[in-house]
Amino acid sequence: MSELDAFLSNFTIFVLAILCGFAVISKVPATLHTPLMSGANSIHGIVLVGAMFIAIAANDPISYLLSFIAVAFATMNVVGGYVVTDRMLQMFRRKPTAPKPDQTEG
Amino acid sequence: MDLTWLSPLVYLAWLLGAVAFVLGLVRMNSPATARNGNLVSAGGMAIAIGATAVLLLFEPEAAATEASEAVDGFNAAGWLVVIAGIALGGGLGLYTARTVKMTAMPQLVSLFNAVGGGAAALIAIDDYLKFAGANVVPGLTVNVATVLDIVIGSITFTGSLIASGKLMGLSITPSRPVLIPGGRLVTAGLAAIAVIGALYLWTGNVSLPVMGVILLAALVFGVTMTLPIGGADMPVVISLLNSFTGTAVAMAGFVLGNPVLIIAGALVGASGAILTKLMADAMNRSVLNIMVGGFGGGEGSVGEAAGPGGSVRELGMDDAAIQLAYASSVIVVPGYGLAVAQAQHAVRELAELLESRGVDVKYAIHPVAGRMPGHMNVLLAEANVPYPQLKEMEDINPEFERADVALVIGANDVTNPAARRPGSPVSGMPILDVDHAKNIIVMKRSMGRGYAGIDNELYLNSKTGMLFADAKQGLADLIAAVKAL
Repeated sequence: MSELDAFLSNFTIFVLAILCGFAVISKVPATLHTPLMSGANSIHGIVLVGAMFIAIAANDPISYLLSFIAVAFATMNVVGGYVVTDRMLQMFRRKPTAPKPDQTEG
Repeated sequence: MDLTWLSPLVYLAWLLGAVAFVLGLVRMNSPATARNGNLVSAGGMAIAIGATAVLLLFEPEAAATEASEAVDGFNAAGWLVVIAGIALGGGLGLYTARTVKMTAMPQLVSLFNAVGGGAAALIAIDDYLKFAGANVVPGLTVNVATVLDIVIGSITFTGSLIASGKLMGLSITPSRPVLIPGGRLVTAGLAAIAVIGALYLWTGNVSLPVMGVILLAALVFGVTMTLPIGGADMPVVISLLNSFTGTAVAMAGFVLGNPVLIIAGALVGASGAILTKLMADAMNRSVLNIMVGGFGGGEGSVGEAAGPGGSVRELGMDDAAIQLAYASSVIVVPGYGLAVAQAQHAVRELAELLESRGVDVKYAIHPVAGRMPGHMNVLLAEANVPYPQLKEMEDINPEFERADVALVIGANDVTNPAARRPGSPVSGMPILDVDHAKNIIVMKRSMGRGYAGIDNELYLNSKTGMLFADAKQGLADLIAAVKAL
């Protein structure tokens, strides 16, 4: 595939994914905006895939250093993002269950 | 190793991951399915990353890009870097996400956003170093994507760190707008440097120093862009930077020719943009307006009009308790002060106590109550307040007329009737119609001003009684007073 073909196919994916993002997000109620922002925030942690690529392709100390930081940053984004979103969402329950221990005071 | 079927299979796994991201976001439409949606999204992430690991293990040649030399064989040091990086980043992410207090959550989200943007920028920097090392001009697609990735990723990195620092109230990044004389000029100058540098590189030149200047300009731009913006506007800024990170990740996808980065990045770019607009709309301000100017810049003349003190009526705990206990309907208006005082559990306790006496209790949630849209809902949900009791602004505003008591706890600007007429910094901002209630109780630590930096006319209303107390202590006293009746 020529560079132009590759670009056109990637650009098509890019544009359609943007439209998809608009369509999906505009339906979310305000109540869920914070968890949603956090959830979307964890999705861009997919950059970890790219960080793994540059780590395996690395062949000099600078590349190893840069890819190490990139992998660590991206993993922090993924893991932290999903865990904190889950913590927020587990609180949305229809009826309060037994009062749980207060974690926010200490 | 010749595994021709492997890379199509990995491609399909990436596609599956992308589908899971979209379905996960769809399921986040409703509180009932939102948690499941997040798990679907996380599952997609695990599949995409797992597939990448398999691909790189059996077919390391796939990691080669336009810039890099051919990759051959098992790169042990590379795998060490991957494993160590995942262990370090995963550990830090897990620890901070598990231990953060819910009130401090917005700054953590901003921090995760910063590192995501940083990772995207590092990918492009690494790629460009290889081009510059070989003195090769990258193809146009990669060239454009690399520069954009570095610029956007770097702005996001420093901008999100500053935003996070502002929300934490660090002294080097105060939450008030920091106005540096000529700051706008500096910001505009940095933008001009980045644009000129980018045009130079895109027109067929390869230069590491020029890329270095662009990188530096973008990093400083992130700081000078965010510093002048007040703490109240930080949610909008974080959301905008979240959108930027998505775009940077999509650019990284173009640099590496990787479809899953493009899809996920574009999804987040679009979602962040929509969210940013929704938040700005809730404050009746344009995104541009927020990015250009510090909130409360014009406080001087308006702030002096009604001096503090005046005809403010102070209320005793017992009087407040009687008003609440013998009301038939109470609307609680929680604000940032409640979040800061960690009083969400105390307010739920008071509400349950009142309900046990037959009082109808609802919560009026302004779209920007707390520090991010929906933040107050999260805080109250954490305190086990059932979400059907949480009413959004449009639903609750007509009900204030019928409410016997509106109990305002630590909310300020979002209740200021001055917003209804022109000439005030909050003019035009949608507010909760608290002043329509038959009685108003405002619990607040002092007569201090809110983020807008102006006095609240609500406090001078003859129906308003002020309870000067810290939200948590005040609520505890109020609960005791109601119980004693």
